[in-house]
Amino acid sequence: MATRLTVNQRTQDVEAAPDTPLLYVLINDLSLQGPRFGCGLAQCGACSVLVDGVETRSCVTPISRVEGKSITTLEGLPAWYAQQQKLAAVPELHPIQQAVIDEQALQCGYCYNGQMVKAAELLSKNQQPTDAAIRTAMNGHICRCGTYPRLMKAIKRAGLAMAGGAR
Amino acid sequence: MTESILPELPRREFLKAGGALIVGFAIAPTAFAQNPGQLTGANDGPAQPRADQLDTWIAIHADNTATIIHGHHELGQGISTTLLMIAAEELDMDMSQVQGMPLETGKSPNQGLTAASAGIARGGVRVRLAAADARQALLTLASTRLGAPVDRLTVSKGVVSVVGTPAKSVTYGELLGNKRFNVPFTGRAPIKDYRKHTIVGTRVPRRDVPAKAAGKYVYLQHVKVPGMLHGRIVRPRGQGSFLHGAKVMSVEASSISSIPGARVVRRGDFLGVVAPNEWDAVKAAQQLKVTWDMPAILPATPQALYDQMRAAKTVDRFVLDRGDCTAAFARAAYVASGRYDAPYQLHGPFAPNCAVADVTRDSALVYSSRQTIYGTRQVVCGVTGLPPEKVVVRFYETSPSYGRGCQEDCAMAAAVMSQEAGAPVRLQFMRWDEHGWDHYQQAHTADVKIGCDASGRIVAYEYHGWQHNFTSGDTTEIMIGTKKPGEGDGIRAQGPTLFNTGDQYTIANWRIVNHRVPGMNGYFKAAPLRSPMDIALSFAGEQTMDEVAFKASIDPYQFRRQNINGERWLGVLDAVARASRWSPRRASFISQTGRIRTGRGIALGTHLSSYGAAVAEIEVDTETGVVIAKRMFGSIDPGQVINPGVVEHQIESQMCVAASRMLKEEVTFSTTNVTSLDWGTYQPLRFGEAPDVTAVVVDRPNVPSSGAGEEALAAGAAAIANAFFDATGVRMHVFPLTPKRVLAALQTASA
Repeated sequence: MATRLTVNQRTQDVEAAPDTPLLYVLINDLSLQGPRFGCGLAQCGACSVLVDGVETRSCVTPISRVEGKSITTLEGLPAWYAQQQKLAAVPELHPIQQAVIDEQALQCGYCYNGQMVKAAELLSKNQQPTDAAIRTAMNGHICRCGTYPRLMKAIKRAGLAMAGGAR
Repeated sequence: MTESILPELPRREFLKAGGALIVGFAIAPTAFAQNPGQLTGANDGPAQPRADQLDTWIAIHADNTATIIHGHHELGQGISTTLLMIAAEELDMDMSQVQGMPLETGKSPNQGLTAASAGIARGGVRVRLAAADARQALLTLASTRLGAPVDRLTVSKGVVSVVGTPAKSVTYGELLGNKRFNVPFTGRAPIKDYRKHTIVGTRVPRRDVPAKAAGKYVYLQHVKVPGMLHGRIVRPRGQGSFLHGAKVMSVEASSISSIPGARVVRRGDFLGVVAPNEWDAVKAAQQLKVTWDMPAILPATPQALYDQMRAAKTVDRFVLDRGDCTAAFARAAYVASGRYDAPYQLHGPFAPNCAVADVTRDSALVYSSRQTIYGTRQVVCGVTGLPPEKVVVRFYETSPSYGRGCQEDCAMAAAVMSQEAGAPVRLQFMRWDEHGWDHYQQAHTADVKIGCDASGRIVAYEYHGWQHNFTSGDTTEIMIGTKKPGEGDGIRAQGPTLFNTGDQYTIANWRIVNHRVPGMNGYFKAAPLRSPMDIALSFAGEQTMDEVAFKASIDPYQFRRQNINGERWLGVLDAVARASRWSPRRASFISQTGRIRTGRGIALGTHLSSYGAAVAEIEVDTETGVVIAKRMFGSIDPGQVINPGVVEHQIESQMCVAASRMLKEEVTFSTTNVTSLDWGTYQPLRFGEAPDVTAVVVDRPNVPSSGAGEEALAAGAAAIANAFFDATGVRMHVFPLTPKRVLAALQTASA
């Protein structure tokens, strides 16, 4: 049975049972690489996507629940950012992605799908978050490599870039 | 991070009442910090490139670029960048002219496990020697081409020119482009003087980061092969006693008949399900009705586990017995002693393991993230019955387990499932599979005693440690019956090492005894976890060190400083003291009241080589029992630093991991099985609890590199434990320092 999904501003029908978690459809039917399996229990954040701009755990979200909503994955963050900021052109990377590169923040990088999706959500509402605000917002995203200190720097750097265009 | 680089210790054996006692003559720990540097070590097994041929390691292309063909696995530690830096430096090429190659059996040289922080220390040496050999061979060709002797030639960015006549030049690409060297790898070409390095020692950005940030990096989890089925293993939720494993009593295949295309695969006690659709496979694994035989023979509580280890009939060995501890303690002015317990801890990679296997009647292609392609090929041969030349293993990165996690098990399981299903299978472990069937870092319990004289000079150090060995045989091969559960032996008998139980200090009377517990019955599967055993050892040893300093009324930094063993330990100790603006004082709990207490702690520690130190500043909430590591300072002296940015990042992340393991992580169990099966029941450090970290790299460019992937962990963890005493005046004798445990300790102390 077909479900109509809008992912990264593109609408398409997918053939999957309505109880299928969105994650498996994004990976297997749409061949996306951003969202990924981490726990299947909404505990770690590996699978995070934005649903109408709100960070959502796709591993426990049935596709029937997101029909008609706008889903943004890591791949779609630059375009989502351009739309929000009313930029004339879509940048190659969202500022948080650029900041992660500039700070050499990640190690294995597997959790950074969720880390960057969540940080993008935070920065869309607050471009200069305090340390405490960052810690609160990001607390549900686990990193086993232990890169939290650098990620903190990257989020602040991205916020500055968004606020002033400077890095 | 898993393999011991210790040579076999010379030993003599004699019997002592109560058990076999083996006395070891310790090799001075500093000897292990030296880089072997020799060419032997890569195995020339079947169906692998010959390690003694230069073409195995380096290819020069017509466009004047080079491919460095090494056998080390990127695990997020930056090895795919740092090895290229070493090669480019030695070849006199630019970083833009060198590239790596994906790892695959039969194509990549066999450099063994990427482990024990030895990617640079061992792998780097070989790459450096190969690059030097290649440069030498290219200069010989250039000498003929340019009509000038080799000692009149100079190289820059892969362009060889004659000194004083720069117009006479030729590129590496023109000399050899796309042709083979056809020379043996001698390892004898001259190595560049470190003072002339322009790439090594600089902050070259990591190659893997941009694609990872952009979401374009291909992890193992992204690999798909045509016609593949999705697989899930079916095991009890949480392993039981290692020897007993899990026996299938009954399986009701009809319980998944409602799921389209789903079917059971079984070989012996190994069970799984496959289905064309991934969600169907997930559902089928959950729905399949299986009865397991799981005896209730595990200890009921952590305390019972430690007591069980102490009561066991152990095999005892002196790791070291120097001087006369008994006499020295008798004349010591101050003595501190105590018992310390350490839990089983989990590898718990952020991504549960995955493997893709396509096994046919006479061949196998396996995609795995285990950090040894050749080792993986060997175990795949073991479960499939195929010879090595018929099996190809390709490495793809995933979240690292920082030790021997479930990668090997997952690769074997995928191969068995593919063979049984007659189709390629992509096997994804679920979170509970990974948490429940890991090889854990084994539990440890210790008695430590340290004495000093009236001036604060250490006179004796005695450490007794109990733990079982690493286990051998992995779950899939045991379940299908090709391997029996066993234990490691010989030098791999894991236990107290010199490195974290005294090597930091000058000690005349020093005794370390390993009480090896038989670990098959009533214990779990075990394997090295990042900085194996060291957190347990330093938690015991470095807390006792602090306690004796406190008794002698000497500041713990000053106490360590006046007893320090050599300039390298001193270098890292001073580095963290300076960074944290340490000023000597009495313990801060004496003057503190109120709900939130603050404290600071310092410690030294390492793994098998290199030198680590840390300072921790913590807060203790005396009402909730919550401990937060607010700020940490870490330092590593790994000898020559290839990329200071990468080492700094390693130190920063090790401080976070130290906080996680000291404050939160503990495998829990019932009398039948492991019960910590997700991130709710096995708590990792979260962003909100992460310390601010200052990393200090101590670079010794004229000393061989000795590794930086784990050597600050032991110090970081012990510094937190010491900070807890500084804040509260209470010693914690068991970790992790969970709220419940902290409140109980505070209440006992005040009663």
